[in-house]
Amino acid sequence: MIRLTDVEKEYENGTQALCGISLEIEDGEFVFLVGPSGSGKSTLIKLLTGEIAPTHGRVMVNGFSLTRISERQIPLLRRSVGVIFQDFRLIEKKTVYENLSFAMRAVGSSQRTIRTRIPYVLELVGLEKKADRYPDELSGGEQQRVAIARALINNPNTIIADEPTGNLDPARSYEIMSLLERINVLGTTVMVVTHERDLVNRFHKRVVQLEQGLITGDGISYDAR
Amino acid sequence: MRHNFLYFFREGVGNLFSHGFMSFAAIGITVACLLIMGTFTLVAYNAEVQLETLESEYEILAFIQDDYTSVQEQAVARRIAQLPNVKNCVLITREEATADFEARNKGESMLQNLDPEIFRDRFGVYVNDLKQVRETGDAIRDLDGVAEVRVDTDIAGGFIMLRNVAGVVCIALIAILLVVSVFIISNTIKLTTFDRRDEIAIMKMVGATNGFIRWPFVYEGFLLGILSAGVAFVLQWLLYDSVAQSIAAADTLQFLRIVLFADIWKPVAAIFGAAGILIGVGGSLTAIRKFLQV
Repeated sequence: MIRLTDVEKEYENGTQALCGISLEIEDGEFVFLVGPSGSGKSTLIKLLTGEIAPTHGRVMVNGFSLTRISERQIPLLRRSVGVIFQDFRLIEKKTVYENLSFAMRAVGSSQRTIRTRIPYVLELVGLEKKADRYPDELSGGEQQRVAIARALINNPNTIIADEPTGNLDPARSYEIMSLLERINVLGTTVMVVTHERDLVNRFHKRVVQLEQGLITGDGISYDAR
Repeated sequence: MRHNFLYFFREGVGNLFSHGFMSFAAIGITVACLLIMGTFTLVAYNAEVQLETLESEYEILAFIQDDYTSVQEQAVARRIAQLPNVKNCVLITREEATADFEARNKGESMLQNLDPEIFRDRFGVYVNDLKQVRETGDAIRDLDGVAEVRVDTDIAGGFIMLRNVAGVVCIALIAILLVVSVFIISNTIKLTTFDRRDEIAIMKMVGATNGFIRWPFVYEGFLLGILSAGVAFVLQWLLYDSVAQSIAAADTLQFLRIVLFADIWKPVAAIFGAAGILIGVGGSLTAIRKFLQV
């Protein structure tokens, strides 16, 4: 569960990125977070992953209070939140399988768990036949599927996708969003940050709109102004 | 974490080879630093051994009253031997003193065939700690039966100063060279971490602990250090032996006592190994610290 109460974030250079927002996302929800550039979306993601701390207010993510989180707890928080980026951020010199095993090993999984978990997740994202391929041998859509697999591999409660379809054509974008929807149906909370109004409106999910650091809408459709 | 040992080790070795030239340079410079450090330490050690030999020959002369019988002299000897800082006490009879004096002044005909009666019986007193010779001399002077005590504090002070200076120079050099080596290894590993910053970011993103991220770099530093120590040790051995042989060839009177490397190779290897590991691991920890702050 994600709960933000009266959260403000002001950077050292004086930029006020968030101006007192409150938001609650229940376990198992699928939420689109939309808004123009500079609206505070990236700041919100950084807050939720423990990269930065709020200037004011309270942030709770999967039971962790990010206002008082210790350095030792940050890895545990991050294991409960899988993050997907627009630019995939895969390790180019590792195969698909190695990219996933790398993420599992980083959290101390045993070799046996790695061997059983990777085929399951690869099948879930439809890449079971591409385990031995390197990222540059895959299409953009496939690379994003690997990134989704990596975000899922350690079985997090929540997936945060930051513009996951920004580099993909409409057909691939729809596929990726459908995949995230399927993952949500399996019980994972999903939060997708995006600009793409048409895509958002095709899925009929909760849409939270951010503008100039404030929540300006929370409903079922994206009304871009 | 323990089951990841092999993984960390493999990653560490991989890092080492992925920047072959930098690793080679780091090893080269660390070897040079260890060699300079080792050479100075060995020279200082030999000087110390030399000083110890000279020090052990340093004696306080305690002259006995002329009217003392040999039984009374033995009693004085016992009392001297019981004083603190006295290692041992040797009786030198006036006949022995005369012979020694004549031998030291061989060329002077005026100083030959002397009457032993002009000399006194004396004790040569050997001490444990040269710094306390003055106090020991005073204590001997206070004993009954001792007519006069000769303590050469200048020579004792000279020995002490020489040893102190050698010690300070050695420690200062070792400290400087250690810092230089740590800096160089740290820079080499910084290069590796810079190259792998994306991987580190991903590891942090998926929730790897700082320890997990740090270990491969620590192994890399450890390997760099231990390899440098190994190479430096072999070179040090060769260098030491060749210098020792040259000195032995030149010093035909065998005035200098050079310690054989075979007698000291174990502590030298241990010190090189420890210094190598300290430099390597210290360097890697310094390098990685900045990358872990996210």
